[in-house]
Amino acid sequence: MSDQVLIKGARLYGEGDPADVLVSGGTIAAIGTIEAPEGAEVVEAEGQVLLPGFVDLHTHLREPGREDAETVETGSAAAAIGGYTAVFAMANTDPVADNAVVVEHVWRRGREIGLVDVHPVGAVTVGLRGERMAELGTMATSAAGVRMFSDDGHCVHDPLIMRRALEYSTALDVVIAQHAEEPRLTVGAQAHEGEQAARLGYAGWPASAEESIVARDCILAGHAGARLHVCHVSTAGTTDVLRWAKDRHRPGAVSAEVTPHHLLLTDERLATYDPVNKVNPPLRADPDVETLRAALAEGVIDCVATDHAPHAPQDKDCEWSAARPGMLGLQTALSVVVATMVETGLLDWRGVAKVMSERPAEIAGLPDQGRPLAVGEPANLTLVDPGAQWTVRGAELASRAANTPYEGMRLPAVVTATLLRGRLTAREGKIC
Amino acid sequence: MKHLLSTDGLDPDLASAVLDTADGLKRTLLGREVRKLPTLRGRTVITMFYENSTRTRVSFEIAGKWMSADVVNVSAGGSSVGKGESLRDTALTLSAAGADCVIVRHPASGAAHRLAGWLEGTGTSVVNAGDGMHEHPTQALLDAATLRERLGGIAGRRVGIVGDVLHSRVARSNIHLLSALGAEVVLIAPPTLLPTGVEALPVTVTHDLDAELPALDAVMMLRVQAERMHGGYFPSAREYSIAYGLNEARTRLLADHAVVLHPGPMLRGMEIASAVADAPSAAILDQVRNGVHVRMAVLYHLLAGEEDAT
Repeated sequence: MSDQVLIKGARLYGEGDPADVLVSGGTIAAIGTIEAPEGAEVVEAEGQVLLPGFVDLHTHLREPGREDAETVETGSAAAAIGGYTAVFAMANTDPVADNAVVVEHVWRRGREIGLVDVHPVGAVTVGLRGERMAELGTMATSAAGVRMFSDDGHCVHDPLIMRRALEYSTALDVVIAQHAEEPRLTVGAQAHEGEQAARLGYAGWPASAEESIVARDCILAGHAGARLHVCHVSTAGTTDVLRWAKDRHRPGAVSAEVTPHHLLLTDERLATYDPVNKVNPPLRADPDVETLRAALAEGVIDCVATDHAPHAPQDKDCEWSAARPGMLGLQTALSVVVATMVETGLLDWRGVAKVMSERPAEIAGLPDQGRPLAVGEPANLTLVDPGAQWTVRGAELASRAANTPYEGMRLPAVVTATLLRGRLTAREGKIC
Repeated sequence: MKHLLSTDGLDPDLASAVLDTADGLKRTLLGREVRKLPTLRGRTVITMFYENSTRTRVSFEIAGKWMSADVVNVSAGGSSVGKGESLRDTALTLSAAGADCVIVRHPASGAAHRLAGWLEGTGTSVVNAGDGMHEHPTQALLDAATLRERLGGIAGRRVGIVGDVLHSRVARSNIHLLSALGAEVVLIAPPTLLPTGVEALPVTVTHDLDAELPALDAVMMLRVQAERMHGGYFPSAREYSIAYGLNEARTRLLADHAVVLHPGPMLRGMEIASAVADAPSAAILDQVRNGVHVRMAVLYHLLAGEEDAT
């Protein structure tokens, strides 16, 4: 196989005239009108948009422990087909990724598979129990080079533990990503606390449980001089807190992500009691969705992260309260962002590149991702057909699990090719 | 009627038809020595209770037996449920074993809806006998039957529901059914025992029981569960009882015709004084009696076919 790929006739960032992009030796070798060199693989891309490869700060790959739901291999495939060139694998595996052995295993599996850069996220506390700091330094200096730590799935709720973790992180130049959920306010919580939960008899997950932790953590991070990343922002009120914190703190001290599902879906869906719609934080109400979209466009929320959460059928085909929270996201993220942000006029393709590639790469400190589309830059690229549509079928997704909330929905925009360091990893929905 | 899962969205004409059937059954059985009708002979009804219950399970069982259905009781402790079988598998198993109707009580809100989805196409009907904090539709129907009997009708009557609305499936089912039948529903509870988002329900809300009592045609007292008393929803049982308990002095604020309901089991001395529970204005045992007839009517409408019922 040639190590040269010529992408013909795509518009870079969806701007200007179409151009040919020659990729060679893992980098962008030339941009312009280019004849295909002998042996180069040619990708016809007329009418398509070329973007820097997407970076997902929030993925659950379930390996080790729940290989019946997802593995590094199946998750990597879903990522590549979805246009991702780097993903961050959350620490809530079994065993928990709270030590160098587990993070190195995940990192090594990612390298062996080679479809996407798999960066393990280390746990902040031992066993995600929130009691004692995990060996952040050992994980940071391990072969996996962990740059982001999170107890995601659980909140680091003890303010003293969170303060210490933020302080400690400054010496390692790593970011602490918080799952913001005050556990005392969400005992037994099953759904967004509001009119729908009142009617359907779900114990409520109040917005204040997220907002109070985000406010607290922004203050703690400010005092510690640390970097805080807020996972899956779900409420309108949280965007107010973030705006305040970003005005007050030095740039980069606080960052935040929003999931595709919180940009599109609301708790209206809960009336069926089908746990495919169960997710944590829960689907919120219309005003939250509107505010989250506006905050992402404005930059108050920095980026989109999938919170891709595969679950085995038996963990979803049950009564609501027994079901595990989470939904698939890697292969549908771009389409949902296009439906909610591009088609609404809130973001252009330059904006999509920013929220799905550039900002997440910056937040996680990845030097070779989210780079400009320019000669000499690493060829981590995603090609998108903006005019195409597709119908989501969970059974056809590359993930081992099928728990997509978008089943049967027709969504805009199709990822037609993904390149990782100049090599095609996915094309037309198939792994290369 | 295929299933009875909730009163939210239940057609008021259908609800009235069920209540009429219950009335008819009650009259038919009145004074009979042998209380047995052949209507559901050869039909199999399975009760599937994942929570402890005396009155509801017994009421359904008697209802089925008085209709000559074969009634089988399954409880979580004495079945495969204890071995960790999923709700779906248990439901499919009972359906395959020949259940025409599964009556389910479950601690998860929406469990009955899920069951109905899984049993789609099997011909098995599902009755919700209480799902989590969501609904308990036959309780609302028997309350409506009792109110009709005592007050002569429901439309235009003002019904107060007092106490732990937040956790109460009885309250939710009554709110929807009574308002659909034309009653005004008033919730009277401390703010901590009302759901956030209560304004989406067809009700008015107040925290002042004494101010509300004179205008009520009926007052429905909800049970305060022990775990709420220690859950910090209110300072003490005593303070709750002082503010929201129906004591004798308070009943004097009620109109003469007003009726007192309680879904049971009662905590005498807590939410309701013993003398109030036993007074003629209390319809608590009527509720239990009507419960059997209403559940007979529900089974009739589900299993004997809609065309026969109307």
